[in-house]
Amino acid sequence: MTPLAGYLLVAALVFAIGLAGALTRRNAILVLIGIELMLNAANLNLIAFWRYGPHPELLTGMMFAVFSIAVAAAEAAVGLGLVISIYRHTRTTDLDEMNRMKG
Amino acid sequence: MQESMGFTPQLTASSIAQILWLIPAMPIAASGVIALMKQPARRAASWLAIGSLAVSLLLSLVAFGHVLTGWSHGFSVRETVDFSWLQMGTGTVDLGWVLDPLSAVMGLMVALVSLLIFVYSTGYMAHDENYTRFFCFLSLFAGAMLGVVISNSLLLLFMCWEIVGLTSYLLIGFWYQKPSAAAAAKKAFVTTRVGDIFFLLGIVWLFSETGTLLFYNHGVGALEPEAIATMLAGKAALGLSAATVIGLLIFAGAAGKSGQLPLHVWLPDAMEGPTPVSALIHAATMVAAGVYLIARVYPLMAAGGALSHDGAVAGTTTALTVVTWVGAATAVFAALIAVAQNDIKRILAYSTVSQLGYMMAGLGMGGVAVGMFHLITHAFFKALLFMGAGSAIHGCHEEQDVRRMGGLRKDMPTTFITYAAGMMALAGFIPLAGFWSKDAILESAHTWKSSQGPYFLLVFGALLTAFYMTRQVCYVFFGESRGHGHAHESPRVMTVPLVILAFFAVTLGALGTPAWPWFRSFLTDRPAPFELAGFGEPGIAALMVTSTLVVILGLSLGWWMYGNKSPRADEPDALEKAAPTVWGWLAKKLYADELYGVTVIALYAWWARVADWFDRRVWGGLVAAVTLSFRGFAYFDRFFDQQFVDGGFDKGCEEIYTGGGLLARVQTGRVQHYLRLLAVAVVILAAILIWSSRG
Amino acid sequence: MSPVFWILSAVTVFGALAAVTLKNTVHCALAVTIAFAGLALLFLQLDAQFAGFAQILVYIGAVAILVVFAILLTRGSETPKEGIFSRSWFTGMTIAAGVFAVLGWAVIQSVHVLPHQAEAPSATVNQIGDALLSRYVLPLEIIALLLTAALVGAVIVAMHEKGESK
Repeated sequence: MTPLAGYLLVAALVFAIGLAGALTRRNAILVLIGIELMLNAANLNLIAFWRYGPHPELLTGMMFAVFSIAVAAAEAAVGLGLVISIYRHTRTTDLDEMNRMKG
Repeated sequence: MQESMGFTPQLTASSIAQILWLIPAMPIAASGVIALMKQPARRAASWLAIGSLAVSLLLSLVAFGHVLTGWSHGFSVRETVDFSWLQMGTGTVDLGWVLDPLSAVMGLMVALVSLLIFVYSTGYMAHDENYTRFFCFLSLFAGAMLGVVISNSLLLLFMCWEIVGLTSYLLIGFWYQKPSAAAAAKKAFVTTRVGDIFFLLGIVWLFSETGTLLFYNHGVGALEPEAIATMLAGKAALGLSAATVIGLLIFAGAAGKSGQLPLHVWLPDAMEGPTPVSALIHAATMVAAGVYLIARVYPLMAAGGALSHDGAVAGTTTALTVVTWVGAATAVFAALIAVAQNDIKRILAYSTVSQLGYMMAGLGMGGVAVGMFHLITHAFFKALLFMGAGSAIHGCHEEQDVRRMGGLRKDMPTTFITYAAGMMALAGFIPLAGFWSKDAILESAHTWKSSQGPYFLLVFGALLTAFYMTRQVCYVFFGESRGHGHAHESPRVMTVPLVILAFFAVTLGALGTPAWPWFRSFLTDRPAPFELAGFGEPGIAALMVTSTLVVILGLSLGWWMYGNKSPRADEPDALEKAAPTVWGWLAKKLYADELYGVTVIALYAWWARVADWFDRRVWGGLVAAVTLSFRGFAYFDRFFDQQFVDGGFDKGCEEIYTGGGLLARVQTGRVQHYLRLLAVAVVILAAILIWSSRG
Repeated sequence: MSPVFWILSAVTVFGALAAVTLKNTVHCALAVTIAFAGLALLFLQLDAQFAGFAQILVYIGAVAILVVFAILLTRGSETPKEGIFSRSWFTGMTIAAGVFAVLGWAVIQSVHVLPHQAEAPSATVNQIGDALLSRYVLPLEIIALLLTAALVGAVIVAMHEKGESK
C-alpha cells in the first residue's frame, strides 16, 4: 500500500465518520461539526495528492486546501449564526423537530 | 251553331270590344280596394262597389247597343280579343274575351240584376257589423261572374268559374259563427268541386284533342267547325265520340254549379247565407253560370247531330239527350220537395233547382235561345222573389218560417204586390214573362223527336210550381198574422229594386213571344219580324191553352187547400193531413242528403279512418322505431362516455394526485433526510463512474 | 508507512469518532478539536507546513471556539429527552458506511496507478506568497469578498431583531 493510498483511506474514513455524524445526530451544531470533519477530510485528500502527485512546485493542492480552510471558516461562522438565530425562534436545536418545510 | 243565312260576319274588334275587359275588372278592382279598407268604412265600401258595378253596367249597355245595332244591320257580331298568357315551349296558352249576342245579353242581365241587389243590400245589411266585408265579397263575385260571361277561353272561364265558387263559399258562410252556415258553405264548395273535377278533365281532354282552349279564334277555335270535326273523330269509351264525352264532362261541371239532380244538395243549404246573397248568387247569376256554360259550348254539345227544319235548332245528340233528361228529372224532383218545405227561402231554393232543370231541358231540346230566354226571365223574377222574401223576413223581425208569418198583405203592401207579380211570373201565368219562356221550353219538348217523356214531366212540374208558390203566398201574405210583433214595410232602398224587377218580370216576356221572337233571333243571328201569324203556327195555340189551364189548375188547388186559412205553426199542413206518408217523404227532401251520408260520406269517413290508422301505426311506427334506435345510440354513447372516457380520465387524475401525494412524502422538512438523499445519490453516481472507468 | 502516520491517523480517527458519538455536546466539540489537531499534524507530516499551521490557526483557533460558543449559547450541554441520535440513525449509519465502502473501494482498486513522489517538495511561505499574488490572485480576491460577506451575513443573521424578545 502506497503512502498516498494510506492517507486517502484515512481521509475516506474521517469523511465517512463526519457524514455519519451529520446524518444521525439530532443537534444541529453537531451536524455542523460533522460537516467540518468532512471538509477536513477533503483537505487531507488534497494535501496528500499534492505531496505525492506530479508537479508539486505549482502549489495547486496546497492552495486549494488553504482556500478550503478559509471558506470553511466563513461557512462555519454563518452556519453557527443561523443555528443561533433558529434557536432564538424555536428554542431548540433538535433537527427532528424542525420540519416546517415539510411538503 | 251554324252561321245564319244572310248575315255577314263581323269579326274585327271594335273599340268597345277592346275595353270589354273593364266590365269584370272594375268590380274586382273595387273588391281589392275594399279588402284593404277598415271595417268602419261602410259607406265608402258600398259606394265603391255600387259605383264600379254601375260603370260595368254602363259599359255592358254600350256593348249590348253595339251588338244590337250590328244585328239590326244584318251583321253577325262575334268580336274576339285574344292575348297569349303562358308560353310553354313552342305553344302558347291564350286567354281572351268575346263580344257576341250571347255574352252581351248575359252580361247586361248580370250587371243590371247585380246592381239592383247591391242597392238592396245596403238596406238589408245595414245592421250587420261586417258590412264592409260583405261588399268586398259581393263585388268580387260580380267581377268574376262577368268574367265568366265575356270569356273567350275555356281556361279563363274556368278560372273565373272557380273564383265564383270561392265567393259563393265565402258568402254562404258569411255568418261563420253559425255552425250551420259554416257547414253549408263547406257542403257547397265540396259538392261543386265534384262537378269541377269532371269539368277540368273535360278541359284537359279538349286541349289535347284540339290544341286550343279559345272558343273562337278566326277559324281555329275550339268551337269552330274544324276543331269540332276533330273531336267528333276522336274515340272514347262505349263507342262514343270524344266530342260527346267532353261535352258530358263539361256538363258535369255545369250540373254541379247549377244544382242538377245528383249534385243539387248544396243549393237548399246555401240559404244559410244572407238573403241578398241568395238572391244574387243562388237564383239569378251563379247557378245560371252552368246553364250559360252549356249555352256557350253548345256547338260542341250539338256536334254530330242533324239540324232541324229551320236550321236553328240542332237535332239530338247523346250529350244533349243526357242534358235534357237530367234537366227534366231535376225539375220534377225539386218541385216535389218544394211542396213540403216550411222555410220561406228553402221553398224558393228548391224552386230555383227546379227552374234550372227547366233551363237545362230547354237547352237540350230547344237550343241556346230557348234555354237562355228562360234563364234571363228567371233571373229577374227569382231575384225579385228572393228580395221580396228578404223584405218579408226583415219585416217579421228575422222570422223565416212561413207558418209563423201571415197577413203581410195588409202590413207590407209594396212587398206583397211585387211578390205576387214575381210569383205569377214563376208559375207561368199568361202574359207574364215566365209564361213565354216556359212555354218556349214546353214547345220544344212537345216537338222533341226522341221522346215525349220530358214534356209530361215538365208539364207536371209546372203544375207543382203553381201549387207550391200559391201555398207559400197564402202562408206568408194571407190569413192572420201568426208572428210575434207587428210587421212593418221595408225601407225605400229595399222596395225600389223590388218594383224595378217586378216591372221586368211582367214585361220581359214580350221579347220572346211566337209573334215576335226577338230574343231567339237576336241570339241566332237572323231577322226578327213581328208577325201575329206566329201564333197560328201548328201546335202553338194548343200548347198555350194547355199550359195556361195547367197553371190555373195549380193555382186553384193551392188556393183551395191553403186559401185564407192560417194554420198555426204546430198544426199539421193541409196536404200533410191528406197524404201523410208522401208528405213525410217530401219534407225529408226525398232523403237525398241521407243517401249521400250513407254512401259517399260513409265511404269517405271509412277511408279517412284507414288513412289515419295507417299514418299512426305504420308511418308513426317507423318514425318511432327510428327514434328508438337513436335513443338507443344515445344511451350507449352516454354509457361509453361515462364509464370509459370519464372514468378513465378521472382515474388518471386520481393516480396523478396519489402519485403526487406519495412523492410529496419525500419532502419531510428535515434537513438530515435531504442530506441522506444527497449522500445516496453521490454514492450511486460515484459507483457508476468508478465502475464505468474501471471497464 | 511510518509509525507516525499510524499514530496520527489513530488520533484523528478516534477524535472524529468521539466527536460524533459522545453525548455531551461540549465533549463533542473538544473531541473534534483533537481531530483537527491530528489533521494539522498530518499536514505537517505531509510537508505542508503552511497548511498545517493555517489549520491550527483557523480551525482550532476559530472554528472550534465558535462551535463551543454556539453550543453554550444554545444550551447544547443539556442532553435532549429522546436521545442524541435521531430516530432513523441506522439509515444514516448505513449510508455513511456505504459512502466509505465506495471510496475505499475506489482507492483500493486504483492503488497501482496512484502517483508516488518520493522527495518532499519545498513550499516556503515566500513561494506561497508569490503564488497567492500571481497565479492565485483571483481566488484570493474572491475569498476576501466571501469572507466579508460571511462576516456581514453572520452578524445580520445572528443579530437581535427590533422588538423581538430575547
